Amino acid sequence: MLSVIFILWLREVKKYLRSRTQIIASLGSPIMYLGVLGFGLGPIFRKAGEGSYLQFMAPGVVGMTILFTSMFSGIALLWDRQFGFLKETLVAPVPRLWIMIGRTLGGATVAILQGSLIFVASFIAGFRPLSVVVIPLALLFMALIAVVFAALGTVIGSSLKDMQGFQLVMNFLVMPIFFLSGALYPLTNLPRVLALLTRIDPLTYGVDGMRTVLTGVTHFGLTADAIVLVAVAITLLTVGAWRFSKIEI
Amino acid sequence: MIRVEKLVKRFGDVTAVDDISFEVRRGEIFAFLGPNGAGKTTTIKMLTTLLQPTSGSLELDGLNPTVNRDEVRKRFGVVFQDPSLDQDLTAWENMEIHGVLYGMLRKERRERATTLLQLFELYERRDALVKTFSGGMRRRLEIARGLLHTPKVLFLDEPTLGLDPQSRNQMWTHVKTLNETDQVTVFLTTHYMDEADRVAHRIAVIDHGRIVAIGSSAELKKQTNTQSLEAAFLALTGTSIRDESANAADSMRQIARMWRK
Repeated sequence: MLSVIFILWLREVKKYLRSRTQIIASLGSPIMYLGVLGFGLGPIFRKAGEGSYLQFMAPGVVGMTILFTSMFSGIALLWDRQFGFLKETLVAPVPRLWIMIGRTLGGATVAILQGSLIFVASFIAGFRPLSVVVIPLALLFMALIAVVFAALGTVIGSSLKDMQGFQLVMNFLVMPIFFLSGALYPLTNLPRVLALLTRIDPLTYGVDGMRTVLTGVTHFGLTADAIVLVAVAITLLTVGAWRFSKIEI
Repeated sequence: MIRVEKLVKRFGDVTAVDDISFEVRRGEIFAFLGPNGAGKTTTIKMLTTLLQPTSGSLELDGLNPTVNRDEVRKRFGVVFQDPSLDQDLTAWENMEIHGVLYGMLRKERRERATTLLQLFELYERRDALVKTFSGGMRRRLEIARGLLHTPKVLFLDEPTLGLDPQSRNQMWTHVKTLNETDQVTVFLTTHYMDEADRVAHRIAVIDHGRIVAIGSSAELKKQTNTQSLEAAFLALTGTSIRDESANAADSMRQIARMWRK
């Protein structure tokens, strides 16, 4: 069982490490956010008495990178089952659950690697965590975010029928998850509707968790963040496993 | 080796496979011929455990694919109409993953992979990424991979689609050799009459989800009073062109073609 999960995980990671151009291309937009927004909105953020904007938003941009990468790996299922390798795994004499786990963990690992690159980039840009000791804890939150959204991607990728749905998901799910997560703005004193929406967005807790660990600024508190993320991860993994088991080609 | 009885598959109110029965003997090369949308691929999907039949019974090596799923899966290898290789991995890595998925031990898996890659003339290129392979090489690799776990039956769903005559010829030579030396039963579908004529021991002509004729190439020609298999095929299925309504897979296939160019 472990060898099957391991080889499927390894496949995702190997593919990622080989696609140098893709790695560089996908670093583009987070670096834009860091550079342009980070420095562009910096002065006004400081004027509002909130301190360094880069310091505030860097965990959010790392979260965004993980969100995009892991969601994408899940949704890629849709393509993979018709023209790719997935069909090969679906006729193999192994339970679909293992295939789903191997794939999801692989996608999550790739997202963590990608997020780590952005973390390094933000460090170069001037972001400073409280101390080196907190980095493993930040990685833990990155992993939670990655698993949550890789699982959500699997749910969607298993349920969609064709590529048209893909744009819909990007515009009406992935982008709102990012913009409502408090990655770019503080969650205090928001209008009531917005406050409510940010609270049902799982990424909010991921970003808050990372921000708490790395900079000491918190909104919900570390325990609440961790509990919400773990609960959402378990739920989505269960639904994902169920949807995945229902794929017909 | 394969026994199908009164098999029916409906998608909503469309009947893709309509009450077909046939048998494939051990060691036989059996071809399914039919126009687009005749139900060839749907039948293969049911035999390979990817689809559940609406009614009827299936048997592969004495086992029921809808019940003993994993046992049946170990007994067949399959090459689908659409590619299912991982193009970003090497030929060898594709073989390795397959071996692990089928629970083969390391030594056994490597030895057999080596033998098969040599047989299909891919061994020299084993460490090259699949995306650098030609269409013919990819098909050969898929067949080699499908045979890795020494299956008793090999399913080939339009394996030569889009290949040049040289690659087609070479591919069938390999398949025939394997059929003769290893006694692998081969179940294939194709649009090319000459291929069926050349390699298949028996042919079933399927149209609108029903089997309209079954027998050896010679028998089919005799039955329809024609000189060639192609003429026999047209006599059996008529000359009207089938307008298939495009489904989700077709539209994705189109996008895939655009991207590959």
